[in-house]
Amino acid sequence: MKMIAIVSRLAWRNLWRNHRRTLIMLVTIAVGIWAMIFMTALMRGMVNEMVRDAVRVLPGHVQIHHPAYLDDPNIVNSIAAPDEKLLEVLNGPDIVAWTTRVRVPAVVSSARESRSVTFLGVDPATEAAVSFVAGDIVQGGFLENGDDDGIIVGRKLLETLETDMGKRVVIMTQDPDNEIADRGFRITGVFDANTDALEEGYVFTGVKAAQGFLGIPDRIHEVAIVGSDFRQIDGIYKAIADATGPDFSVLSWTELNRYLGTLLGVMDGFVLIWFVVVFLALSFGLVNTLVMAVFERVREIGLMLALGVKPMIILSQIIAESLWLLGIGALTGNLIAWLTIRPLREGIDLSSYADGMEMFGYSTTLYPEMTMGDVVTANLVVLSLGIIASLSPAIRASRYQPVEALTKV
Amino acid sequence: MSDIQCVDLCRTFYQGDTAVTGLDHVSIDIKKGEFVCLVAPSGGGKTTLLNAIGGLDKPDAGEVWIAGKRIDNLGKSALAEMRLNNIGFVFQAYNLIPVLTARENIEFVMEVQGIPAADRHIRSAAILAEVGLEGLEDRRPAKMSGGQQQRVAVARAIVAEPEIVLADEPTANLDSSSAEQLMDLFVALNKKHNTTFVIATHDQRVMEYARRIVKMLDGRIDQDIPQVGR
Ligand SMILES: Nc1ncnc2c1ncn2[C@@H]1O[C@H](COP(=O)(O)OP(=O)(O)O)[C@@H](O)[C@H]1O
Ligand SMILES: [Mg+2]
Repeated sequence: MKMIAIVSRLAWRNLWRNHRRTLIMLVTIAVGIWAMIFMTALMRGMVNEMVRDAVRVLPGHVQIHHPAYLDDPNIVNSIAAPDEKLLEVLNGPDIVAWTTRVRVPAVVSSARESRSVTFLGVDPATEAAVSFVAGDIVQGGFLENGDDDGIIVGRKLLETLETDMGKRVVIMTQDPDNEIADRGFRITGVFDANTDALEEGYVFTGVKAAQGFLGIPDRIHEVAIVGSDFRQIDGIYKAIADATGPDFSVLSWTELNRYLGTLLGVMDGFVLIWFVVVFLALSFGLVNTLVMAVFERVREIGLMLALGVKPMIILSQIIAESLWLLGIGALTGNLIAWLTIRPLREGIDLSSYADGMEMFGYSTTLYPEMTMGDVVTANLVVLSLGIIASLSPAIRASRYQPVEALTKV
Repeated sequence: MSDIQCVDLCRTFYQGDTAVTGLDHVSIDIKKGEFVCLVAPSGGGKTTLLNAIGGLDKPDAGEVWIAGKRIDNLGKSALAEMRLNNIGFVFQAYNLIPVLTARENIEFVMEVQGIPAADRHIRSAAILAEVGLEGLEDRRPAKMSGGQQQRVAVARAIVAEPEIVLADEPTANLDSSSAEQLMDLFVALNKKHNTTFVIATHDQRVMEYARRIVKMLDGRIDQDIPQVGR
């Protein structure tokens, strides 16, 4: 213990014998750490935004369906409205919002064109808190209530169908008896979405109006539920699954959107790999610096050993030198990361590059997310791997024979 | 009682295929408080013998005893401990740690020994005065002359009051007056603390101080002559 003072003092002074080399190394470590944290914050921000957008598109965090519905979204694979037991969970404190929907495949036709779409009957009051549609109306307005039999279409669909606000379109689908059901709906609102696929693929009307049209009073196809954090849905998932029992299929968004679910799952792995890759790049410099430092000081290391300093202390001194470098470099890197990420809190506007991005479901504003976990991990990776990388030159120094080292020219 | 005892030491160095004799069956007894000069022409084996006594190098054969303990068969760590606590070294060439000031260099051994800072300061201040380095305590070696550096090395060797001081050509880089000052200091310490001194040299000025001169030649002890000393 008493050796710590002298070891770190020697290490510190030795560090500044070669200012240039030390400064270059410090800059390298700082930039390395900065790259780790900054890039990770961007990556996290991007993925999180993708997930948020994706979740907001329709699925919510957890959904309830008829067990056969996902494989066969037929009108007959419907469920009853939530019973009392389920309502208790849904109205509980952990759930932020939920909504019920009628959801069937259909064909929408204007006077000129037709398209196959997903036809949704929604309750506008609760839908607004779960999905984006209500908030992204660009013409007209959203549905008034569940009985509203106006239809809301996407902007792109409006173009494709070559129709307009206030015009009528015909929805054609099957009723529960496999008979064709069709009805005209007046377009009362147009929504804007991140992707053309969304704008072209979904149309909305009031849930009661849909039930009436399809002849399935009180039946729904889907309950979409939103919790407080998309990363932590295990709790509400379990509560909902318990309340519905085995006759329903309860799915989390990670199951509904396997791509994003998996992406989020492997993010931590990606981040760690990225940290290690950056570290490897800077470890060459670090090890080289230490090898040079040890090589240049053969004689004084020999002197210290000759005077009776234990090899372990020599080893600690080289490690201490490395720790000084890593510590100061890391501190600077963290500071720069914070200074560069903080001004971006309001988001980075990507709209000028966004034409392509929207197509893939990316948001046009990127919010970097610097998390404590990532910062700690980045620093731990650099410090722990840094110490490991320093071991080889340190051990080499501690193995010098004092006489040989002393007389080395 | 013998402070230093060497029994039939042999040491051969190999440079490629040629064998070079460092020590050739050397036996010597040095008693506590002796003031010995090892004298030999360059290559005579002085440094090799000092290294064997100081536990810095292992003889190929023979035994080394320091203060009644055999040391030639000790492990690295035990040897380091022995050097740290029993022996003060003044090396032939490279003596000081460049990043430490004169005072810090002098205190280095004490610091490694774990002597508290306050004690160290008192002792280093006294020694600095004794070797005539007042005012230079905060200089680093690069900012001192060869003689000043050598005095710092001597101060470090004696400040912890070791049993034995081994000095390898301590006056090699000193002018006459510095050399005299240094030797006076050695003699004074030898008398005051009864410290054993073994000084390797081929410097006539140094030999005048010796109370025993051991002459070596080609790794053997040639003559062992008592002296009047000073
Ligand atoms: N590490 C070594 N490798 C090879 N030869 C050595 C080594 N150390 C000493 N010698 C040889 O051993 C002999 C004695 O050397 P040394 O003890 O240094 O003599 P001195 O100190 O009296 O000048 C010399 O011939 C020298 O060349
Ligand atoms: Mg010599």
